[in-house]
Amino acid sequence: MADYLIELTGLSRVYGRGDVAVHALRRVDLRIERGEFLAVMGPSGSGKSTLMNLLGCLDRPTAGRYLLGGEDISRLSRNALAGVRNRKIGFVFQSYKLLPRLTALKNVLLPLLYNRSEPLSEAECRERAAAALESVGLAGRVQHRPNELSGGEQQRVAIARALVNRPAILLADEPTGNLDTQSGGGIMDLLHRLHRDGATIVMVTHDPEVAAHAGRVIHLRDGLVERDDGNGKQGVAS
Amino acid sequence: MSLLRTIKVAWEGLALHKGRSLLTTLGVIIGVAAVIVMLAVSAGAEAEIADQINTLGANLILVQPDYGRGGFGKDSGDRYGLSYGDVQAIAENVAGIHGVSAEQNTTQDVRGGDVTLTEISIVGTTPGFPAVREYQVASGRFLTQEDADQANRVAVLGAGIAGELFGGEAALGQRIKIGTTRFTVVGIMEEKGVVGNTDFDGRVYIPITVVFERFVAAKFGRDAVWLIYVSAADRADLGGVIAEVTALLNRRYDIDPAENAFTMMTQDSIIDAAASTTESFRNLLAWVAAVSLMVGGIGIMNIMLVSVTERTGEIGLRQALGARPRDVQLQFLFEAIILSLLGGLVGVFAGIGGSYLFGQLGTMRTEIVPLSIPVAFGAAALVGIFFGYYPAVKAAQLDPIEALRRD
Repeated sequence: MADYLIELTGLSRVYGRGDVAVHALRRVDLRIERGEFLAVMGPSGSGKSTLMNLLGCLDRPTAGRYLLGGEDISRLSRNALAGVRNRKIGFVFQSYKLLPRLTALKNVLLPLLYNRSEPLSEAECRERAAAALESVGLAGRVQHRPNELSGGEQQRVAIARALVNRPAILLADEPTGNLDTQSGGGIMDLLHRLHRDGATIVMVTHDPEVAAHAGRVIHLRDGLVERDDGNGKQGVAS
Repeated sequence: MSLLRTIKVAWEGLALHKGRSLLTTLGVIIGVAAVIVMLAVSAGAEAEIADQINTLGANLILVQPDYGRGGFGKDSGDRYGLSYGDVQAIAENVAGIHGVSAEQNTTQDVRGGDVTLTEISIVGTTPGFPAVREYQVASGRFLTQEDADQANRVAVLGAGIAGELFGGEAALGQRIKIGTTRFTVVGIMEEKGVVGNTDFDGRVYIPITVVFERFVAAKFGRDAVWLIYVSAADRADLGGVIAEVTALLNRRYDIDPAENAFTMMTQDSIIDAAASTTESFRNLLAWVAAVSLMVGGIGIMNIMLVSVTERTGEIGLRQALGARPRDVQLQFLFEAIILSLLGGLVGVFAGIGGSYLFGQLGTMRTEIVPLSIPVAFGAAALVGIFFGYYPAVKAAQLDPIEALRRD
């Protein structure tokens, strides 16, 4: 039996009720193995964001079941979901979402501050954050503020922040969407490297070239998985 | 997140917005400073009054008809109050007294040398006056019993009047005119200054009998006095002397003791009366201060609400990174509390400085009430908790997805 990190069974998300109800996801079944690199594609309104919000434990499904590492998290409380996000999920956003007045180090520190299951001392936190920055190639940029960094560097800080709590899965929402080709390529290389080192990555993109980096691409349309390519294949480096 | 970390995060949040934080605390600073200054002003006023009253002398009793009842003396013909005869009677019949005097005053123009002073207080009194008011002659002599008995046209000048008319000492032996009557200056009093509402130095003292003769309209009676001073020999005996004087006067006028026809004021009773006046003054100030603290708190709430709106993206991000609703709530609550505590701290210093400054400016006496400092500081903390709560709850209730969407 395969080692599934994520198992979605009949997952639905409905916004509103009655006549105005919007069915963003309709009974989606999806399994993601540990160590997979999955790209999610689809036109706007297809349910990509809804799926990512559910995978990221920012939202709860209307129906269906979500197992993350064997734990059913579909019915957890808001507080418990916050804990799951902190420990198991690393978010990478299109617009980086760094706090502009904090240094790179302090931005990367943030998830550690909210880590209650494995509280670290101040010094350990700094050490870990510095190590995370080093692992994304920003050892020399620790004390820089976001406005002193290029877009690619800012996204690397964001990736370091996503990794610092050693999450089970990395959720990237258009990670290269705000970057030029060269910086975007650098970010994709970094994701590849993380994937090779064993990270499970789910990435939303509308760009087929970016999606081609992933070992598996699923296409959503109208809240359903329309196509699921390359299931089980390893990522294709290019 | 641990409490200490939450406080640290809140502190950093404020440090990143120094300008706004300062403006926000201004209301609390002013509120706390107002509490301390206002209490210092009212305590200063109270102390000032107490000091003035203390100079009356602890053994002094001021006897007056109860003017508040609209006059009395149905049985005493054309008199409406105390008479000169009462002064004699008290001196002769009441035991344990150190001195007795009386006042019947008038306001007249005084002319001496080339100078005319208008509307000067002319005090008709008796030889006992210096003793009961602890007020001594600087040169010459005070009024004598003979002056009183014979209604001699002699005057003793307050130090200020002597200075204004004749440049001081030279006044002795000079002729002055009070109203239309000529007097000889026989004495000059020492400087005493203003006590209570009375400027001792700006008055002229003449025999009370001369006032009866020259300055009182016949309808008020020729020997009416408006105030009798009785000085008890022993402070412990004050109550006994008051009782005796009251009984004597009641007998003389054939008054039912239950009528309380006379007011007996002592230093203590005046202080009590003054205290109740300053208490209402203090209450008023306390309310003003409380309102300004309120306003300061509303200011904090306002800015915190703005801050929550402005930092919605940050809140969403923190939630995505694992902040529980409780963490967010505490962060914003602590921001509000830290703001108001800082405001309170600055306000305490501003209040102490302000009180000192007011005192130095000379128009007001201020005395800092030590208790007002912890009270004001504590009130500031409560304001922070109270007015920070709602914005903090609002922040905690934000939906992470909605919040993340905003930037």
